[in-house]
Amino acid sequence: MGSRKTLMKQNYPLSFLIPAGVMLAIFFIVPTVMNFIYAFTDWSAFKNTINFNGVDNFVTLFKDGTLMRDIRITLIYAVCIAIFQNVFGLLLAVLLEEDTRLNRFARVMFFIPVIMSALAVGYIWQAVLKTDGALDQMLSLILGHHVTTGLLGNTTWTIVVVSAIQGWKWMGLAMLIFLAGLKTIDSDVIEAARIDGANGSQLFWKIKFPLLAPAFTFNVATSLLGSLNGFDMVQAMTKGGPGGSTEILNIFVWRTFGQGLYSQSTTMSMILFILVAIIALPVIYLLRRRERNVF
Amino acid sequence: MSSTSFSAQNSEPKKPKASTKPAGPKWHRVGHDLLVIAIMLVLLAVPFWLLIVTAGKTQAEALELNMSLPHKWMLFQNFATVIHDGRMIPAFFGSVIITLPAVLIAILFGSMASWILARRATKPVAFLYALGISGLILPPAVVTVMMLLKMIGLSGTAVGMICVYVGIYLSTVIFFVTGFIRTIPPSLEESMRVDGAKPARIFFSLILPLLSPTIATATILLILYIWNDVFYALFILSGKMDTLPLNLYNVASAGLYLNNWHLIFAYIILMSLPLLIIFALAQRKIISGITGGAVK
Repeated sequence: MGSRKTLMKQNYPLSFLIPAGVMLAIFFIVPTVMNFIYAFTDWSAFKNTINFNGVDNFVTLFKDGTLMRDIRITLIYAVCIAIFQNVFGLLLAVLLEEDTRLNRFARVMFFIPVIMSALAVGYIWQAVLKTDGALDQMLSLILGHHVTTGLLGNTTWTIVVVSAIQGWKWMGLAMLIFLAGLKTIDSDVIEAARIDGANGSQLFWKIKFPLLAPAFTFNVATSLLGSLNGFDMVQAMTKGGPGGSTEILNIFVWRTFGQGLYSQSTTMSMILFILVAIIALPVIYLLRRRERNVF
Repeated sequence: MSSTSFSAQNSEPKKPKASTKPAGPKWHRVGHDLLVIAIMLVLLAVPFWLLIVTAGKTQAEALELNMSLPHKWMLFQNFATVIHDGRMIPAFFGSVIITLPAVLIAILFGSMASWILARRATKPVAFLYALGISGLILPPAVVTVMMLLKMIGLSGTAVGMICVYVGIYLSTVIFFVTGFIRTIPPSLEESMRVDGAKPARIFFSLILPLLSPTIATATILLILYIWNDVFYALFILSGKMDTLPLNLYNVASAGLYLNNWHLIFAYIILMSLPLLIIFALAQRKIISGITGGAVK
């Protein structure tokens, strides 16, 4: 036993962990710890000293309504994206499942938004959707009278529109992951189900969909995390407006930081950290357990 | 669909198909293809068409956003304008000097750590692994990272930015690579060890080459994330250095190109080209790499 341990040490020296460990410690763990400290201070651009002020930041943010509003918006945004991205991705995967020339071409085309910057995608869709933008122009032309949809100026629905665009950007990746999942399904299983008389929709919902569990986990987890940490797309499309109705947490962090209110910015950053920890971790755990139950 | 063509379809001998779907009649096939084309027209052609025609218009024409063709194509003049006035060349090099080292360092350090994390199965190592991949889920503390860089004198520099990206994306590398190393039998290493090879030699000449498929996947993901990032760059570089997305953000929001959709869109086309070219060249590999790494 003792010699096995020394062999382990000899063959797999812990020193190999040092470079990654140092980088992670300095540039990830230390800032995270600092985040939990500075959230309780009055750090700002307007003072030379930094003093502890307890939960003042939380009280201020809670009282003016920003805290709960931004948490709510961030959650709505994340859930909408998880739905859009996966529904779009799954529909595309089912539609493009067969290896025909057209389908292969379509798969490549749907992957282009994935490699573009979210900022660029945001500007393009802003131009399509803004008042008197390309969509309004097209509808006016088709209907023969002036139409304004106002999709980016609605305090209730704009957040859903923005998340749909985020879903549009990433649906190509979700599609690929689902396609890979469909490819790994054993054709014998499909054959057996068909002999048993399963029709198309039964085949999909009873056999293929459950077997897509790992792809589903990956897609839900990445879309949830990506959207909780979102910024570029919303900043490009609405900058948090109209009336703060699309202000996800990172938009607040950036806006408040720009105003010199560093500690409030840090407080929201910490809230985001906690939000991700209490939402993403259990969701990923549950989806993983679901995978194990399927196989 | 006439009944003659339908029966002609049915009289054809059925070929055995490898695909999971039954070989449908021809009209089914045509319907499917039309549906695919229609979806592509609505979802992809509309935004990309708008992007290209607007980038080719004059300022006056581009003010009113629509799908019509420009009266006179100004695409290359607009490219020249954004390259010249938009300081695109320094921004491009800024993107390159940050992205390349950040990706290489994250991959190298991450792979080294992963080898140990995958092979040594003790409780403390399992804890270190959990800590190592925590960044995959937990968001980085962007404001305090900036403060920290200020304290060590790296704020606004490429080195500082590279360090932050390495810190953020090491988790992704460790996650992918550790999972992959666990599938490599340790017996492969033994013969080299018998010959007296040191761990460093075993890692660099045996393990690292074996990792190439998963490293390829991680590299693609990291390039995508880092090349396109604007959020962390806004905080860390704070205007002292430019990257392409940061520059796009600045010119689009500074009022310089306000409503100058033709220039914003010309910029977007130019900025997307490097990744599009890489993707076009290595499309098959990239797609199989990403799907292979994700679903196991």
